Amino acid sequence: MAKIIVDGVEYEANPDNNLLQECLSQGLDLPYFCWHPCMGSVGACRQCAVKQYKDADDDKGMVVMACMTPASDGSIISISDEQAKLMRERVIESLMINHPHDCPVCEEGGECHLQDMTVMSGHNYRRYDKKKRTHNNQYLGPFISHEMNRCIACYRCVRYYDDYAGGTDLAAQASHHHVYFGRHEEGVLESEFSGNLVEVCPTGVFTDKVFSEHYSRKWDLQTAPSVCTGCAVGCNTTPGERYGQLRRVVNRYNSEVNGYFLCDRGRFGFGYVNSEERLKEPAVTVNGRAESLPVGQAAEVIAQFTGEGVIGIGSPRASNEANYALRRLVGAENFYSGVADAENACNHLMLELAQDSAFCNPGIKDIEKADAILVLGEDITNTAPRVALALRQAVRNKAKSLAAANNIPAWQDAAVRELAQYDLSPLSIVSSYATRLDDIAADKYIDSLSGQVAMGCAIANKLSAQAPAAAGTDSIDAALAGKIAEQLSQAENPLIIVGSSNGNVGLVQAAANIARALHEKRQAPTALCTLMPEVNSMGLTMMTNEGQSLGAALTKISNSVATKAIVLENDLYRRASRAQVDSAFAKLESSLVLDVLPTDTTAKAHYVFPVTTFSEQESTFVNYEGRVQLSYQVHRNHSAAQPAWRWLSDASVVQINDLVADCAGDLQQFAQLPEVLPDTAQFVGGMKIPRQSHRYSGRTAMKANLNVHEPKQAVDDQSVLAFSMEGISTQKNASVLGAAWSPGWNSNQSISKFQEEVNGELKQGDTGILLIKRVANSGAYFTDVSANRRAVGDGLALSPAFQIFGSDELSAKTKAIRERMTSAYISISPQDAQTLSLQQGDQVSLNGNGAIASVCIRSQMKPGTAALYPGDNDINPHELEETVQLQSAGNKAGGTGIKGLIVSDFYEEGY
Amino acid sequence: MVTNPLTKNIDMSRAPFSLTEYEAADGYQSIKNIAAGLNPGDVMQQVKDSGLKGRGGAGFPTGLKWSFVPQGENSAKQKYLVVNADEMEPGTFKDRLLMEGDPHLLIEGMIIAAYAIGASVGYIFLRGEYKVAEKALQKAINEAKERGFLGTNIAGTGFDLNIILHTSAGRYICGEETALLNALEGKRANPRAKPPFPQVSGLWGKPTIVNNVETICNLPGIMRYGIDWYHGLTKGKDHGTKLFGVSGRVKNPGCWEMPLGTPIRELLEGKAGGMQDGLSLRGFLPGGGSTDFMLPEHLDLLLDYDEIAKVGSRLATGTMIVLDDQTCPVGMIGNLMTFFSHESCGFCTPCRDGLPWVDAIFKELESGAGKEKDLQILHDHVDYMGPGKTFCALAPGATAPLGSGLKYFADDFKRHIDERCCPYNH
Repeated sequence: MAKIIVDGVEYEANPDNNLLQECLSQGLDLPYFCWHPCMGSVGACRQCAVKQYKDADDDKGMVVMACMTPASDGSIISISDEQAKLMRERVIESLMINHPHDCPVCEEGGECHLQDMTVMSGHNYRRYDKKKRTHNNQYLGPFISHEMNRCIACYRCVRYYDDYAGGTDLAAQASHHHVYFGRHEEGVLESEFSGNLVEVCPTGVFTDKVFSEHYSRKWDLQTAPSVCTGCAVGCNTTPGERYGQLRRVVNRYNSEVNGYFLCDRGRFGFGYVNSEERLKEPAVTVNGRAESLPVGQAAEVIAQFTGEGVIGIGSPRASNEANYALRRLVGAENFYSGVADAENACNHLMLELAQDSAFCNPGIKDIEKADAILVLGEDITNTAPRVALALRQAVRNKAKSLAAANNIPAWQDAAVRELAQYDLSPLSIVSSYATRLDDIAADKYIDSLSGQVAMGCAIANKLSAQAPAAAGTDSIDAALAGKIAEQLSQAENPLIIVGSSNGNVGLVQAAANIARALHEKRQAPTALCTLMPEVNSMGLTMMTNEGQSLGAALTKISNSVATKAIVLENDLYRRASRAQVDSAFAKLESSLVLDVLPTDTTAKAHYVFPVTTFSEQESTFVNYEGRVQLSYQVHRNHSAAQPAWRWLSDASVVQINDLVADCAGDLQQFAQLPEVLPDTAQFVGGMKIPRQSHRYSGRTAMKANLNVHEPKQAVDDQSVLAFSMEGISTQKNASVLGAAWSPGWNSNQSISKFQEEVNGELKQGDTGILLIKRVANSGAYFTDVSANRRAVGDGLALSPAFQIFGSDELSAKTKAIRERMTSAYISISPQDAQTLSLQQGDQVSLNGNGAIASVCIRSQMKPGTAALYPGDNDINPHELEETVQLQSAGNKAGGTGIKGLIVSDFYEEGY
Repeated sequence: MVTNPLTKNIDMSRAPFSLTEYEAADGYQSIKNIAAGLNPGDVMQQVKDSGLKGRGGAGFPTGLKWSFVPQGENSAKQKYLVVNADEMEPGTFKDRLLMEGDPHLLIEGMIIAAYAIGASVGYIFLRGEYKVAEKALQKAINEAKERGFLGTNIAGTGFDLNIILHTSAGRYICGEETALLNALEGKRANPRAKPPFPQVSGLWGKPTIVNNVETICNLPGIMRYGIDWYHGLTKGKDHGTKLFGVSGRVKNPGCWEMPLGTPIRELLEGKAGGMQDGLSLRGFLPGGGSTDFMLPEHLDLLLDYDEIAKVGSRLATGTMIVLDDQTCPVGMIGNLMTFFSHESCGFCTPCRDGLPWVDAIFKELESGAGKEKDLQILHDHVDYMGPGKTFCALAPGATAPLGSGLKYFADDFKRHIDERCCPYNH
């Protein structure tokens, strides 16, 4: 630790950081623009000027930029020095020369870092009386609006988009005061992480277009801490609601999980919450017609689903409470995961691995520490996007170590990048098709799923003779396997990533063998990141007996052992073949389906109960690591929809706290679950934490068109939060932080005021609880790695493909996301396309069974293989075999085709 | 003895020396010395001892700069030498003379420098408009390659050097050595943060020395004729000769090699022939557009780095721009401000947004629409864009003629406002 003196006061500081960061960590106010807590310093804006003195005798000092000056021991600086203040004021004066001062119509207004810093700097009188420079704006796609006149050229956008997130289509252009941040031409921003521009931009150049459509000021939004339900990573979000509509989602800082950034699925994929299609009241099917059912009769319906012959089918997109309530209602032996058999098997295997002390399952923060990575089979960018962004940081560990060796501090962002150039920590990707991480990958291996398993086995075998090489691996590139094995074994923090979205147990086994071999070499827990596809896949797996998959449930129904079924938030037609599900429904005497939106499954049900979405209920979810997090209710649902657990529980269950307590008592794995609930002892005298800001406007007028009397504030008996402006100040005592907001800091940059130190944990709220205990090292390799034989028979070996926009059921019901979705497509190699006389975008029929997909020719696909993206269930992949034959479907047009598809190796003839 | 080592082979009425001619004129002796066992450490020591200072403008000791390049087992194997030939300083045309007049001198100098620091690749970052120099240099490089002075295993010593001639796309900021490196890497020509200095992390992140053309051209002489000879050249404190130029309304504008420490008067009134008839000297920028004005009273000062610094200006490139009494100083400074404003890379705020404001004020002053209050804004910007406040030296350079001009020509500024026009009727 170093001691630094700021304006005469001595502070403990970390000499490895710069002065700006240390000042902010101490809670001091020092304005800045270009510096970002996780992107370091570049010294562009010159806003954080302070006076630095050589020693105690130096009374003149020198103005320096705090962000570019190390917090060395003995540093003496002054923030309040007149020259430093004048400099900061002048910088704002400069930045305001061309700024349009359109705050009243700017969507950033009220949460604008530029506004805050302007006020903080003291600049308030405009001396510039010449013409302003103006820019043209660009269309950047359905997510982001562009207003370049507001730009203050802090370079954060390109530093985030290009340097941090690996984007290639946003750049600083032109020079001097004409510098322009945009695309080379108008068009959709390609990065899957473009939405973070909205939060990275200190003013209103990049704004949230989805929010624009039903805009509200930050202070008018009702917010609460929430967890993203787009995938299994469990990023923390702050959704905001106004007038009963969910208006936007922004990042909520969690030091262990998502840090400062979300993916675009998570940020923009919430629109289904506001859908007109939402199920609004319980319904019963009478003579083939759905009729509404009085809510009062719900309990009677539930009562019919008890006793012999009743099964419950759970859901990986439903909360722990909902799944647990169903499990308790029907009994553990009658509770099924509702997950397709192949994926279910992977999930249970991964849960088993999660209890093995040879491994650790890294969170995002730990993934960023890896210095050699193998991704085995998982298309992370499309199945767990935030992990892909973390990998982009991990490969820079080489740069950081080079910098350390050259005495360049890690926060000198540009200097570290210039030193390392393209020298990256090794990332190896084994996949069915070229991924969006290929640009940072040292090694790529593209093959069929069985080929990938074989490669995984070959790598494991190189590391340990105990791990079996796959049978018949002649065609595997042994040199590559050796190279990857070597890179992993030389690393300090090797990381293996695998997932269950391919539904291939062999991949998971091979990954485990690799990690185990590394563990034996290193004699330390080895990072084995086991990704699951959905928000609560892990929680559901932990709650379900192994083998009780959807297939098992359907068998039980077809055997007439089960005659009644409750289906929880699950469209079974996405997880099994249509024929299987149809025949199950035909056999069932009675069925009850609970869901958010109508699906093919609700259409078949005898009873349909509407349930609330993530933002309308308090719930817990377990992410892929086994980290359980609490997601608060943000707003109320004004229809008859209720949380599923409430439909499924008797009247004794009032809050999720009751269920959580029971679940913890009932299930060993969930013993720590109650710890995620906030401590209620702090709430004296009925004081709760307000969801509404202290400036929430229109409370008495919101319903004035209906009733001029002030409406009574809704009482929330479910939560420590209140649907109110009044209560405990989040600033001081609350243990829950919704929207970050601090005096003088209205933007999201205020987060530093709530962190223990910059980039540290939040003072308010925890980072989640890791539920799974690692009991012992099983020590056993998988000796019979399954599915390691190549698919035989005619046709192309089939593997699944995923899209960030489209592969997630609920977000795919959102307008902005739909604009980015394509129809079902099948990726094939140029060679196979030529053999089959297919052109880019042609419609083909799969096995002649009526399923139609567009052809996507990709230059790096392995001949003899195909990868199918089924669209938003346009094609049911469970109806396809391991190989597929393609026939031209004649009709060249249809659907959106593959228009707008972004892949790294799109094949263009003659290119 | 040779007294003009930089220009001894230059005669602009004929083509520059071919390799054979250059060799015949005592050139490429260093190759023989290297072959004879001269080691890199000796070269570095000799250059250090010579006291050679960088001729690009900053005047930093060359040998000292070289010594910052990490050497030895653990240092990066690849090192680079980059010659800054992006001569864009207003009023400066000295490197052009050297490259057009005697390209082999530069090539030989690069061989010496690369050998000393252990660089196997040398880049010449040449101003795009220097088409004649481009042809001359490329021809010289080809000849040297053919002769075995460039390429692999030079003179059988195992020393490799390839020289790549890169013509700039043309920005003033590329003269800033780290912006030059970014441009050479194909990136935006924004300067880099220092530290780390290029000697540690330069081109492609590898140790790199960036030297000015004229600096490099000093090396063959130092190596050939020795320290004593070199120290005997000067008339002042700094060692060696230097190219000095004069532009503006003098009788004989041009560029000449003279010993450092020569009185300014000898340059202006001797070589340049004094002011044109009917004009008298009002002031001059001693070393290009980004140096402070000096006045006629300073004419007897010596052309030496420290001497010039004493009166608050800089010797810099040593090429002076002369202001006469019938040219508007406000117009002259305004012209420079337009240039600097346009050439800002746009990276840091004071430069990007400060210079256009200054430029706009000058445009108003010239058109007769100047305002009294804007003078204060100009003064404020001298401080605001000064050293330490900006990311690189571009804007502080621009404040040199601005600040000194406001001081020395205050009346002219006032008259532009009072008379609502330019009193020089420009």
